[in-house]
Amino acid sequence: MEKLSGGDILIRSLAEEGVEYLFGYPGGAALHIYDAVFRQKAVQHILVRHEQAATHAADGYARSTGKVGTVLVTSGPGATNAITGIATAYMDSIPMVVISGQVMSDKIGEDAFQETDMVGVSRPIVKHSFLVRDASKIAETVKKAFYIASTGRPGPVVIDIPKDITNPVDKFDFDYPDKVKLRSYTPIAKGHTGQIKKAAQLLLQAKRPMIYAGGGVVQGNASEQLIELVRLLNAPCTNTLMGLGAYPGSDEKCVGMLGMHGTVEANMAMHHADVIFAVGARFDDRVTNTPSKFCPSAKIIHVDIDPASISKTVAADVPIVGAVDAVLDELLEIIKAEDAKPDEQALAQWWKQINEWRERYSITQTPRYETGGMLKPQEVVSALYEVTNGDAYICSDVGQHQMFAAQYYHYDKPRRWINSGGLGTMGFGLPAAMGVQMAHRDANVVCVTGEGSIQMCIQELSTCAQYNLPVKIICINNQALGMVRQWQDMQYDSRYSESLYEDSLPDFVKLMEAYGHVGMKVTKREELKQKLEECFAMKDKTVFMDIYVDPNEHVYPMHIAPEGSMRDMWLNKTERT
Amino acid sequence: MKRIISLLMENEPGALSRVVGLFSQRGYNIETLTVAPTEDASLSRLTLTTAGDDHKIEQITKHLNRLIDVVKLVDLTEGAHIERELMLVKVRATGAQRAEVKRCVDIFRGQIVDVTSSVYTIQITGASDKLDSFFQAVGEASIIEVVRSGVSGIARGEKILSL
Ligand SMILES: Cc1ncc(C[n+]2csc(CCOP(=O)(O)OP(=O)(O)O)c2C)c(N)n1
Ligand SMILES: [Mg+2]
Repeated sequence: MEKLSGGDILIRSLAEEGVEYLFGYPGGAALHIYDAVFRQKAVQHILVRHEQAATHAADGYARSTGKVGTVLVTSGPGATNAITGIATAYMDSIPMVVISGQVMSDKIGEDAFQETDMVGVSRPIVKHSFLVRDASKIAETVKKAFYIASTGRPGPVVIDIPKDITNPVDKFDFDYPDKVKLRSYTPIAKGHTGQIKKAAQLLLQAKRPMIYAGGGVVQGNASEQLIELVRLLNAPCTNTLMGLGAYPGSDEKCVGMLGMHGTVEANMAMHHADVIFAVGARFDDRVTNTPSKFCPSAKIIHVDIDPASISKTVAADVPIVGAVDAVLDELLEIIKAEDAKPDEQALAQWWKQINEWRERYSITQTPRYETGGMLKPQEVVSALYEVTNGDAYICSDVGQHQMFAAQYYHYDKPRRWINSGGLGTMGFGLPAAMGVQMAHRDANVVCVTGEGSIQMCIQELSTCAQYNLPVKIICINNQALGMVRQWQDMQYDSRYSESLYEDSLPDFVKLMEAYGHVGMKVTKREELKQKLEECFAMKDKTVFMDIYVDPNEHVYPMHIAPEGSMRDMWLNKTERT
Repeated sequence: MKRIISLLMENEPGALSRVVGLFSQRGYNIETLTVAPTEDASLSRLTLTTAGDDHKIEQITKHLNRLIDVVKLVDLTEGAHIERELMLVKVRATGAQRAEVKRCVDIFRGQIVDVTSSVYTIQITGASDKLDSFFQAVGEASIIEVVRSGVSGIARGEKILSL
């Protein structure tokens, strides 16, 4: 049998798992591993400029491909810098494996140089973690880590490896296992047939059905089944922030996003529905508004791979635990075999009502912003949608711009909308876009950001230069931490505590030039479209568009909280539903 | 309501901290906790007591089951079960008190396991509420030190928790 060092075993194991890119940053405890990286070609290492970016890049890679994102960092500060990205992936159930170097086994616990208890620090934000104590266990541990990260409800897995374990001098047999056995972990595939039948009955009898699809449909590759279900039932469908693209956003059965900044029609339809089919969604507090007032007349069917998500905040009448694709396949079969058909008359009534809401409230029909005066952030996203033909990968940062990108760009395919929905991590956008661009070299990959968020991982412009990543950065510059400012307007009498920069913003155009990229500044409505077109015509360039917009704009519609129900929304600064 | 949750988990470093961490992370309370290896050296058995309504307990058991290290789990309070806790207690016992304490220990079927001229060390086993009532019987004032093992439990009859 082949004999290899621990470091070589680790990298060979990654190659066996089909890892193309390893996003990382070197340091003392990881140097044996880095030497192993150097001596092979199968796995390409991408050197980021901050470990947080390594995790976000791996995350973007994972979200856009469905494969496991892989990260390598050193001990201590390398490991702790990775924490924000691990937590981001954890909250959105993204498959990721993070390998961290650790101090020598015999130094663990002695407060050795660059020692951090990585397994301990990461414990609440990982699906699982391993501390490898024996080089002969590396291959098996990697196999387990990838299996755990990518199956069931996906999530990040940490492998912490003390330096002595990867010592090039000590050699071990290498034989990569083809299977793992974990007696305590058996992801559920199929749902319970009896429950699925009950769901079918309810859906066929529904007079005001509503389909509420979340990130689980994207992660679980079940969009096709979802589309077929919507068609069969002739039911309206809403996507969550994480689920945008699960059902095509520009299709007429899509009523848009639901929740705090969702469309009024989606939230109204949820509120008035008699049967809600929630699939791969988790009744997040940003969706439900006040849980006790949530959808008073609805029977709730909830399909999720994670039993702990079911009846967590809102009780399900028909809980179904299973992989969304398998459950939807079975549900479709059952519905097709039924003699009963959806209630055409009731549905016609329902659609009539929904179309009335649309006419009255839809953001595409009546913009939620004034179209005069300064350029508006919403207009920027709409123009971006047109210029990219709605077919770009949009990687968003966090803030108002994120909500505008969710509202005014329409996602017709899954995995095109990449955002930190659960943790809301500013700084996510640019590194995530790098990971997406690595996976889709010829695609239009856009980072929609704000002048606040971009400065949280702006060092990655250097990584873009090193790997020729032609990411297009659309910075919606409202000269403020806009989302914070909006809340301060609404709840604190416009006392802008620490949400303004006092003219300290850098000249982004010059900054881009310093990195060898292209910077463009836009201030006028008239030049927006053309400049965007110029930007996207530069196929091989990293381009940053610094677009100055109205700083007074708020994101609407917006749930009225606390105490509000799904249908209670602000339409603009003064009007409400 | 008090619940006794008993589980088998991988006998590996970090497993216990994951279980305990889950409780603090999700804002659940652990009242008692015991862990020890089982006849199968690769498994530990952990028993904990916690309180909460059905919804909370359901969430706790689901989240425990989600931990990769947890192999099998049972809520013993859902069925007939035997609950035991061991307590060692030092009681001040001088003069006439000595006979009084001794009588009390007998009633509770405890044992005096160590004696000095002024102190009895007493061992009592039983369900937690029995141990609680011993305090009242002997008089809280005379108790100088208490150590309790936390609850262990097992289902009655044929029902077992094993792989
Ligand atoms: C790391 C981190 N810190 C703080 C916050 C809180 N936060 C949410 S949105 C926001 C403002 C973002 O500003 P900017 O990127 O300019 O976006 P805008 O809202 O102006 O569009 C802040 C500070 C966060 N989400 N993430
Ligand atoms: Mg801003």
